[in-house]
Amino acid sequence: MLDRAQVLHVARLARLQLDDSEVERMSRELSKVLGHIEKIRELDLHDVPPTSHAVEVTGALRADEPQPCLPVEAALAAAPDPVRVQAGVGFGVPTPGQADE
Amino acid sequence: MSELISLTAAEAAAAVRAGELDARELFEAYRARAAAENLNAFTWVAAEAPEADGAADTPLGGVPLAVKDLFCTEGVPSQSGSRILEGYRPPYTATVVERLLGAGARLLGKTNQDEFAMGSSNENSAFGPVHNPWDRARVPGGSSGGSAAAVSAGLSPWAIGTDTGGSIRQPAALCGVVGLKPTYGACSRYGMIAFASSLDQAGPLTRTVTDAALLLSHMVGRDARDATSVAFPGQIELPRAEDLKGVRLGVPEELVGEAGGVEPGVRRRFEETLTLAERLGATVEPCRLPHAPHALAAYYLIAPAEASANLARFDGVRYGLRVNGDADLVAMYERTRAAGFGAEVKRRIMLGTYALSSGYYDAYYGTAQKVRTKIAEDFRAAFARFDLIATPTSPWVAFELGAKTTDPLAMYLNDFCTVPMSLAGIPALSLPCGLSEGLPVGFQLAGPAFSENRLLAVGHALEQAIGFDSGAARR
Repeated sequence: MLDRAQVLHVARLARLQLDDSEVERMSRELSKVLGHIEKIRELDLHDVPPTSHAVEVTGALRADEPQPCLPVEAALAAAPDPVRVQAGVGFGVPTPGQADE
Repeated sequence: MSELISLTAAEAAAAVRAGELDARELFEAYRARAAAENLNAFTWVAAEAPEADGAADTPLGGVPLAVKDLFCTEGVPSQSGSRILEGYRPPYTATVVERLLGAGARLLGKTNQDEFAMGSSNENSAFGPVHNPWDRARVPGGSSGGSAAAVSAGLSPWAIGTDTGGSIRQPAALCGVVGLKPTYGACSRYGMIAFASSLDQAGPLTRTVTDAALLLSHMVGRDARDATSVAFPGQIELPRAEDLKGVRLGVPEELVGEAGGVEPGVRRRFEETLTLAERLGATVEPCRLPHAPHALAAYYLIAPAEASANLARFDGVRYGLRVNGDADLVAMYERTRAAGFGAEVKRRIMLGTYALSSGYYDAYYGTAQKVRTKIAEDFRAAFARFDLIATPTSPWVAFELGAKTTDPLAMYLNDFCTVPMSLAGIPALSLPCGLSEGLPVGFQLAGPAFSENRLLAVGHALEQAIGFDSGAARR
């Protein structure tokens, strides 16, 4: 149901590198799980509204006022590559290459 | 020392408050047990008892607390059972932990769990599996397996965990302790490393229903830092009910019948408990939840879909693991995530990404959201006639380590009786109702949104009548 090409496409969307044995395993396992999930298509859900949240929440907006936040040093403390440049500090990342659309 | 361990958390808190027990002595007794444990229940244990700190004047009396790894705790390792957060020490503390510590609980340790709370056996942890205190060759359930095992084995007086599709209730059932999933929104999710945001909810795992009520009473409440949290109407009260006069219990055929695959031994204990409830004055009748058998399918679309979005943040940039930092950006993302996530997390990310992808969104995710509406409607209709709904928590007792790891679908079927409540956002309690083959069986009660006090009251009355002896696991 989920073939090799589809698995590779979804893995790309998910930014997940899979080796060959994982691709084969994903295809097999996800197909089986999806086979069970297909059951929900038996239901007549015509005109049923979707539920994204089970409990009604109203008035979740707050005033748009500055609040205390984490000190920069604390926010950067766990970063694999904290960088310091003239403009300030930040999270270092590799250069986006050709693989980056 | 064994006398200290035999006290319930509520008894220990009362003794500290009365000046009959030294909070540091209590902490040290548990700390020594937690540090020496061999169940792999803890991922981190406090190095020493806290200074004398006025615990006797606090509501929770300095009673030590075990906290599931995925709750952020400032300066203390918090990696949600994942390699991708190896060495991560958060700069802040989750709201529910902050509230409990503020009420006088003391952080004893962090507990093992399935990676990012994805699992029903605690076999998906980067720290390795947890063993069930009743039989070391068996799983404790999951994903809050470390919390359940720690309470069951008397390594901690009580613990907190999280429940997305059964992750508090199912391990509580398999380890013979009490577990409560509150109404969605009752407890703040701020500082919980997210799995599926529309389902995740924190709750207590305890030795008794009274302990669960006491702990929960200091967890609930609106938090400005979680816009989905709500003010709990009224207060959580300590349960006193001794009978069940006037309580109407509904038993849904769709969950308890053939389809759920409930083991004969589990069914026997479940039915005995219903008889006991009748003897205490409750009425027990069959009820209908027509869409409940489809809950599992809807859940295994919605939860992975939300997870695939939530876990996008683990990309090797702001925290945790980074692999191949000299590659280009996308290759670094892909390699970091490949090395940092375990097999089950990858499976769910793939499933969720697929369900949300162009061309499949309506057929999968959209359909699942409609099923969710029908399930919530089913519960509303049932609660017009019944106060609470009763099912076994898990169709099975604890299974052997490795028994279901090669068949993801068989593992997911564990959650058959627990996911409907999660999708509807309603509270549910699991309490031990006896043994089958020498292993604990869980009895699940579910009620309408914010019916926690009734769940706790009914659970308490049943608990007294059942007289489950949890001492065997605490040696």
